[in-house]
Amino acid sequence: MTKIVIVGNGMVSFKFCEKFSSREDYGQYSITIFGEEHLPAYDRVHLSSFFENGTAEDLILAPSKWYQDHGIKLHCGMLVTGIDRYHKRVQTLCGHSESYDILVLATGSHPFVPQIPGVEKQGVFVYRTIEDLEAILEYSKTIDDATILGGGLLGLEAAKATKDMGLNTQVVEFASRLMPRQLDILGSEALQRKMSELGLKIHLSKNTSEILGGDKINGLRFADGTAIDTDMLVISAGIRPRDQIGRECGLTVGPRGGVVVDDHMRTSDPSIYAIGEVALHNGMIYGLVAPGYEMAQVAIDNITGSTTSFNAADMSTKLKLIGVDVASFGDALSSSEDVIPIAFNDPFSGVYKRINISKDKKYLMGGILVGDAESYNLLLQMYKNRMPLPPHPEDLILGARNGAGAGIGLEQMPEQAQICSCENICKSQICKTITSGKAENLGELKEQTKAGTGCGACLPMVKDLMELTLKSMGKEVRNVLCEHFDYTRQELHDILKVKEIKTFQGLLESVGTGDGCEICKPAVASLLASTWNELVTQQATIQDTNDRYLANIQKGGSYSVVPRVPGGEITPDKLIVIGTIAKKYNLYTKITGGQRIDMFGARVDELPEIWEELINAGFESGHAYGKALRTVKSCVGSTWCRYGLHDSVSFAIEVEERYRGLRAPHKLKSAVSGCRRECAEAQSKDFGIIATEVGWNLYVCGNGGANPRHADLLASDIDSNTCIKYIDRFLMFYIKTAEPLNRTATWLNKMEGGIDYLRDVVVNDVLGIGEELEREMQFMVDTYKCEWKEVVNNPALRARFKHFVNRNEPDPTMAFAAMRGQKVPVNWGS
Amino acid sequence: MITRTTTYKTTEAAEVSNWFRAGSVDDFPENGGSCIWYKGLQIAIFNFSTRDKWYACQNLCPHKQQMILSRGIIGSFQGHPKVACPFHKKTFSLETGCNLNGNLEDLAVYPVKVENAYVYVGFSF
Repeated sequence: MTKIVIVGNGMVSFKFCEKFSSREDYGQYSITIFGEEHLPAYDRVHLSSFFENGTAEDLILAPSKWYQDHGIKLHCGMLVTGIDRYHKRVQTLCGHSESYDILVLATGSHPFVPQIPGVEKQGVFVYRTIEDLEAILEYSKTIDDATILGGGLLGLEAAKATKDMGLNTQVVEFASRLMPRQLDILGSEALQRKMSELGLKIHLSKNTSEILGGDKINGLRFADGTAIDTDMLVISAGIRPRDQIGRECGLTVGPRGGVVVDDHMRTSDPSIYAIGEVALHNGMIYGLVAPGYEMAQVAIDNITGSTTSFNAADMSTKLKLIGVDVASFGDALSSSEDVIPIAFNDPFSGVYKRINISKDKKYLMGGILVGDAESYNLLLQMYKNRMPLPPHPEDLILGARNGAGAGIGLEQMPEQAQICSCENICKSQICKTITSGKAENLGELKEQTKAGTGCGACLPMVKDLMELTLKSMGKEVRNVLCEHFDYTRQELHDILKVKEIKTFQGLLESVGTGDGCEICKPAVASLLASTWNELVTQQATIQDTNDRYLANIQKGGSYSVVPRVPGGEITPDKLIVIGTIAKKYNLYTKITGGQRIDMFGARVDELPEIWEELINAGFESGHAYGKALRTVKSCVGSTWCRYGLHDSVSFAIEVEERYRGLRAPHKLKSAVSGCRRECAEAQSKDFGIIATEVGWNLYVCGNGGANPRHADLLASDIDSNTCIKYIDRFLMFYIKTAEPLNRTATWLNKMEGGIDYLRDVVVNDVLGIGEELEREMQFMVDTYKCEWKEVVNNPALRARFKHFVNRNEPDPTMAFAAMRGQKVPVNWGS
Repeated sequence: MITRTTTYKTTEAAEVSNWFRAGSVDDFPENGGSCIWYKGLQIAIFNFSTRDKWYACQNLCPHKQQMILSRGIIGSFQGHPKVACPFHKKTFSLETGCNLNGNLEDLAVYPVKVENAYVYVGFSF
């Protein structure tokens, strides 16, 4: 039995274990790991997503149990401080000593902290581990702005993190451009424009000379004499290999650090290997995950007796930085005379693309993509596999003239083309897994091949390849709902209608299998509601919790209540009613983005009483809990405003009352503006209406949220009746054809033919379904009922609103704290 | 944050020393759940009527320590009965309590029986 000891438990160390433990001869080896951090290896690449989900466990690559199950001894929180090469032992800080036959150094790197005066002040951080992140998060609670030192890849990730914490974020970079290793000056400018639009301030060519402040940082001074204010500094100025233990035990290290390895990842001691960011290969430190994984494989091969070599790895990379796609591959920054760059730069859309082609116009050598990196995978494959260029290589970044693809496709790609660079999976491996029947969907494919499980950048390509292969096998590729329904949402809609099915159970028995699940139940509930418009309370247990309790669940298990305020117009008397109720039930109140008032912190048993009082005062449900029409926002319009062209408030109220309660694949928002100044922000809504001199302009498929999208103009200068007619058709067409939980923006993005096709259907009625859509919408309008009114007046329905079946008391674990004079939930567990 | 999860321990069918009457069958919606109180614990009971089966587990979701599971949607995963937490759609087996789409700790589960239209949950304490 050969005993392998690994120092370090990061991503590369984990990959080493994962690959090693799946070998057939694994029984002849044992693995022991020492990790300095208290958590087992986690995904450092996606560290900033920690803020989106807020839990460390989502980042962990495998739980401690996985190591146990694979016979690996994992010691977390144990720092190795020394190596005794003579006796082949390692020592830890806590005095533990362990022998080895083979030692693998995977100690990674630490952030480089430049020696700037003031670097010891409070509020100065590095960005590397979950603990760093937690410290930053804690400190961020008391401050307003943050500065990131370093505009490289990791620095911009850190900027995303502090921005997500709600801090005004600035980035300071020493070089004259962002991501100097990956981007040229035009690429940097495109990225900078996008970042500025998103509220990030970028300072380039700034050499930080001093960190200002007393105990705590309050600013930075630069060598050119200028200064900025900041409450926090996150240093992300590059990495340095953690080579100390290697250095101290006499292994050869590079002049600027890093344990020197040969092509087989072996250090100057044949029993010691080094992989990942600590390893110095041919004078290079590789700070990316994919080369680290390749090193792990090479080390395993050589430990187990074969001889493979690590070649200069590809540093191509694609990532989403604060919502902006950025990619760089091959020889991206080439200034060689043998290479000719072709570039496309559109400052308006923020897209910059550059490809470098060989002088003989035969091959692609590298490139840069900013703002739109959709073609990255294909370009990367062309470069890596030295595929011949199409006759007009500029089509690769401009798109072909005739609207078709640029003449390179997955079909043309060679069998050995590498699709997933993290896991080193090639095209034929993916295709064979599918043709052999081992995988029929993306989940199975990922499980079988591991493709797309690293950085995930190749997933769109893996999916396309899967669909292409399935198609070539004569299998139809459809986005079926889930394992219980082998139908798309649109097909189920037709089935419900034709067979007049009105319950989930009915549909399941008719065309489904099994018991249903949390995916298909709410999706079918939405379909039933937008087909038959029967009350959602009749099938309460197929609804998501918000629709089951007709309120929005919040942290701690309390609910929030939003009465409808059509068009955002409300009388003082009604305002007083809301205030009185909120006071009586001790609810936190906040004005919503949709011109309504949200009351938070209601217990489930209080909801019917609160609604009874609201309904008696003339309110009705606002459907804030449903995938339904939410609100139609309005500006004050021509009634008061000196610029107003039409009465936007009255029209907003008419529109909101027409579509109130309408269930859809996702929530629907709308707005009406009284003139082109657009104070109601109608162009960011699913459908928005803007007054013109002679009528209304109707915009559709806009979206705020995570992926903002400006709405497209569907029809201009139309009268009110035509506007309503088009909205009827538009909404019904969306309800019938969209996939579950797709907003109108996503739906349109996926639609073949885009806005022109949508206009053909809605305005020109090319499908001849206009009247049918209008009729179906009129049915929805005529059968509308306020759900809360039904519940309040129905004792059986009211009885469902309690926490315990066998006790007339609320949930005793529900707890609140105070903030700015109102109650808020106590923070939840992690 | 104190982990409340440690307070919940599975009771195996053979260990039941107390069949606690939780309520009548009508207290539990078809293909859905409700919560009951037992000795300071909150237990979610599910009426899986399409299978004519009943299940019980802790009401506490181990992900964010929320008392919520009784309000989750139930269904099946490859034929295996499950419940999905309303907060972040973490799913758990109703038979074994194990987390089906992640690495969260197992839920405690309890035996259930129905007699004369009353629902009983089995506890070893």
